[in-house]
Amino acid sequence: MAVRHDEATEQGPGRKLTIRFTLNGSICEATVPPETTLLQLLRDRLNLTGTKCGCEIGECGACTVILDGRAVASCLVLAGQVDGLHVQTVEGLAGKPAPTAEELHPLQKAFLDRDAVACGFCTPGMLMSAKALLDENPEPSRDEIRRAISGNLCRCTGYIPIVEAIERAASEINRQSACHEHDEREA
Amino acid sequence: MGAGDRSIIGSSAVRLDGWEKVSGKSLYVDDLRIPGMWFGGTARSPVAHGYIKAIHRDPAFDWSQVVVVTAADLPGPNAVRMIRDDHPILAADEVCFVSEPVAIIAAPDRDTLIKAIDALSVEIEEHSPILTMEDSLRAEGIVWGDDNIFAEYRIHSGDPAAGFRSADLIVEGTYRTGHQEHLYLEPNGVIAIPRSDGGIELLGSMQCPYYVHAALAHGLGLESTRIVVKQTTTGGAFGGKEDFPSVLALHASLLAQRAGCAVKMVHERTEDIRSTTKRHPSRIHHRTGVMRDGKLVASEIDLLLDGGAYTTLSPVVLSRATLHATGAYYIPNVSIRGRVVATHTPPNGAFRGFGAPQSLFAVERHVDRIARELGIDPLDIRRRNMLRDGDQFPFGQVLKEGVGASLVLEQAIALSEYKEKKASKAWRCGPDPHRAGEKAEQAEKASGAQPSAQRTSSAVRSVRKGVGLSLYLHGGGFTGAGEERISAKAQVRFVSEAQVEGSFIGSSQVERASVADDQIERGQSRQGHIEVLVSNVEMGQGASTVLPMIAAQALGLPLELFSHPHPDTSRVPDSGPTVASRTTMMVGRIVIDACSDMVAKLKAALAQWHEVRPEEVELANGRFVACGEELGSFTSCASRFSREMGPLLGEATYVPPAGLRWDEETYRGDAYKAYSWGAHVVEVEVDMETLEVRPVKVTAVVEIGRAINPVLAVGQVDGGTLQALGWGGMEEIKLEGGRYLNDRVTTYIIPTALDAPDIEVKIVELPYERGPYGAKGLGELPMNGGAPALVSAIEDATGLSASAIPVTPERLMALMDEGSEIRKSKAGASNPYLAAGDADCGAVEDAGETP
Repeated sequence: MAVRHDEATEQGPGRKLTIRFTLNGSICEATVPPETTLLQLLRDRLNLTGTKCGCEIGECGACTVILDGRAVASCLVLAGQVDGLHVQTVEGLAGKPAPTAEELHPLQKAFLDRDAVACGFCTPGMLMSAKALLDENPEPSRDEIRRAISGNLCRCTGYIPIVEAIERAASEINRQSACHEHDEREA
Repeated sequence: MGAGDRSIIGSSAVRLDGWEKVSGKSLYVDDLRIPGMWFGGTARSPVAHGYIKAIHRDPAFDWSQVVVVTAADLPGPNAVRMIRDDHPILAADEVCFVSEPVAIIAAPDRDTLIKAIDALSVEIEEHSPILTMEDSLRAEGIVWGDDNIFAEYRIHSGDPAAGFRSADLIVEGTYRTGHQEHLYLEPNGVIAIPRSDGGIELLGSMQCPYYVHAALAHGLGLESTRIVVKQTTTGGAFGGKEDFPSVLALHASLLAQRAGCAVKMVHERTEDIRSTTKRHPSRIHHRTGVMRDGKLVASEIDLLLDGGAYTTLSPVVLSRATLHATGAYYIPNVSIRGRVVATHTPPNGAFRGFGAPQSLFAVERHVDRIARELGIDPLDIRRRNMLRDGDQFPFGQVLKEGVGASLVLEQAIALSEYKEKKASKAWRCGPDPHRAGEKAEQAEKASGAQPSAQRTSSAVRSVRKGVGLSLYLHGGGFTGAGEERISAKAQVRFVSEAQVEGSFIGSSQVERASVADDQIERGQSRQGHIEVLVSNVEMGQGASTVLPMIAAQALGLPLELFSHPHPDTSRVPDSGPTVASRTTMMVGRIVIDACSDMVAKLKAALAQWHEVRPEEVELANGRFVACGEELGSFTSCASRFSREMGPLLGEATYVPPAGLRWDEETYRGDAYKAYSWGAHVVEVEVDMETLEVRPVKVTAVVEIGRAINPVLAVGQVDGGTLQALGWGGMEEIKLEGGRYLNDRVTTYIIPTALDAPDIEVKIVELPYERGPYGAKGLGELPMNGGAPALVSAIEDATGLSASAIPVTPERLMALMDEGSEIRKSKAGASNPYLAAGDADCGAVEDAGETP
């Protein structure tokens, strides 16, 4: 993938690179030192602190974001690697910056309704892993859900409410899209 | 007081802090940024025991760009205020555990900080450490005090010697549990901001704002009025943010004072695991006299906890462990000695259950052992001995109110079909549809052939199922006279439209790090609402929802009108720490009283305004009436009060319940205000080839007085149960030379979504008269029962009886080898359980072979 280097500072320890990528649907450009991780870019540079830092070595899943459709630990991705790609974070999940309870994504609603949220620190990452799963597999089995979130640690809930919330969100999304198709046919 | 028609209590209202959390807008301490903020870090001891000779600063590093604080630079006493002042803020002379802080450094950016820490080296004369409880007891080297014993408690009841003489059989066993890391997902972290008056404003992830407040006042030598502590959204704690945040808060504050600017200290995960407190390891010996029919007649218990290098909360942890040592059983003649000893390991501290899980593990495993030796069912021995109304604990407390032991046990047995499963050989050895399907599928894929019935049945022969149970209790609230000592206060405050405050954390200096600036906490953007002002925090357990529910019920107003702001010591009274399952049970009760006070103040004002007597004014369905005349809605009356008479505040202080008495001198009396009860039935599958254990299904029945919010209550049981299964089955801290070897999330393994069993939770309720709407303690309870039930199920499946946790495959393998040794030496007959295990499902050796 093409990475544009900042010409003025290309050489030496102070060099930086400029990346352009799609972040929650909008084009985003940033100039960062090459060792910057995607997590650092999101949190420290772009102030998107919804993505959490739990270990910085890819072990806990709190920093999970969706990179071109795949759930990834953003602490293990260099910012330079996302040049030209699509990044989705929890802030983009509902499709608007300050969603009302009604405007939340079905996953967010299901997490609330099923009390799949406790301390909330794993929640953004958990939601993004779940979103990547449902985008790929709209009707996952319980085992598939468990596998999809097996890289996201949660210490509060015992996981059961989370698995059930994802299941509930999947059927809600499927119901909505069925309604949508039905409406289109009617039209 | 009018509770209103609708019942908020018992409804499963959605978490009030949920929206912020699912939308990524909750601000945890690391999400906050102060302009000009520096970053702090710690230089630590690399050895478990030694004496500091020098702290060297590499001359190649430019030290003018950072600030360094060592023990020599402290403005006040070198002690982190807790139970005793023995825990140094920074090691001055002696270092007593690996990773003990020796110097702290702050730098304008993280890179410089890392370089500075690397450029500082500590020269230590190493001495041999005391690393085990046994070595500590022998007192060959002194870690602490004169004898290495932080605390000791004794309990004596009846006539143990006579009890043992009358017993048909005496059964002994020693049980061990290991360290447990909390692994809250958000590491410990704080930000210290110097104030213009020389004081400190401290923001951080914590359970106990007033503990931190007291530690800062003491350690910094400041008047308490110049210190403000504000809790930020806390990403899990489980006890791990009870005492430790005081240490980090002192470090950050010292650096902030020295640097003259805000300093953020947030642990990186490895540092957090290495340097923060853990659950106390235990070694508990039981010697029990029993009658042939299973009746327990005498008990001698020697309980030992490893406290690590400094006192922290160890004496209180020991106290709870000692008082829970006989579990949920009545034994007439008892002698207990509990001790917590010092070792050169990182100080251990609070962890959900606070000593009780260790005691419950030991007593539950021991009761299983007695049952085995007597040849009776583990269920029957529990039924015979469990506590009932009117029974007395060995420390003298008589159980007067609803004892839930029998209730939870019988319901758990029925719900889980324990007896049927226990009796059914077909269930235990029968094909498991899940595994069988998986293996057959794999075979099918590999060979392209139809799975044969023969192959399927042989594939599942390597998996054995087992079922185990536990019965347990947990005393709610502080131990002994703790609640009386702390005398907690709570307030409810009416905030009229004009008084709504804008900023989330009250500090003008905090930049909202998040991109969207629209997330003023919803409670504070509301017009005319009521704040529940207490020092108890939301840390995931649901306090921010449950406390407002209690207040809403008390005032008969809709829940939407209530909020629980993040505790800020400049705004909330000291209602005590968020610990000991006390927030709902103890503080919730005081919140009701504070609501009554608010109503009384309003009634007095209304009486004055309308020229009626206060007792003629009534509140019903959110409206005040007097003599049939409507006086206005609660909100309109409260607004008028605020306009004309100043802030409308309801206040209350803890009222000790009548008739309960605890004597610290004799260590006897009513140790807890009320007990909650639980029973776990755990079903496991054990792969006999790899000895991997998979908990498949757990049934948990808990009696908690009253579930204020049933969905949140079930969530506590789900989470506590899995944490207990992790402790019992997989979580193990490995130590070498006092150093934690597994200090990462991939080496310290906690359960993932793939390890979590299905958990069926049933809540039963025997309302507690003094609790808010009958509620008793809940948070810690489920931690007590998971591990013993798991180990019992493993024994049921394999015949391997473990008395130490975690029961890892390695430990099971060792037990199996021991078993073969016993069989070889023809001593197998003395261990019928091993033989029985084999006889049940066929020999282990031929399991899993495919034809």
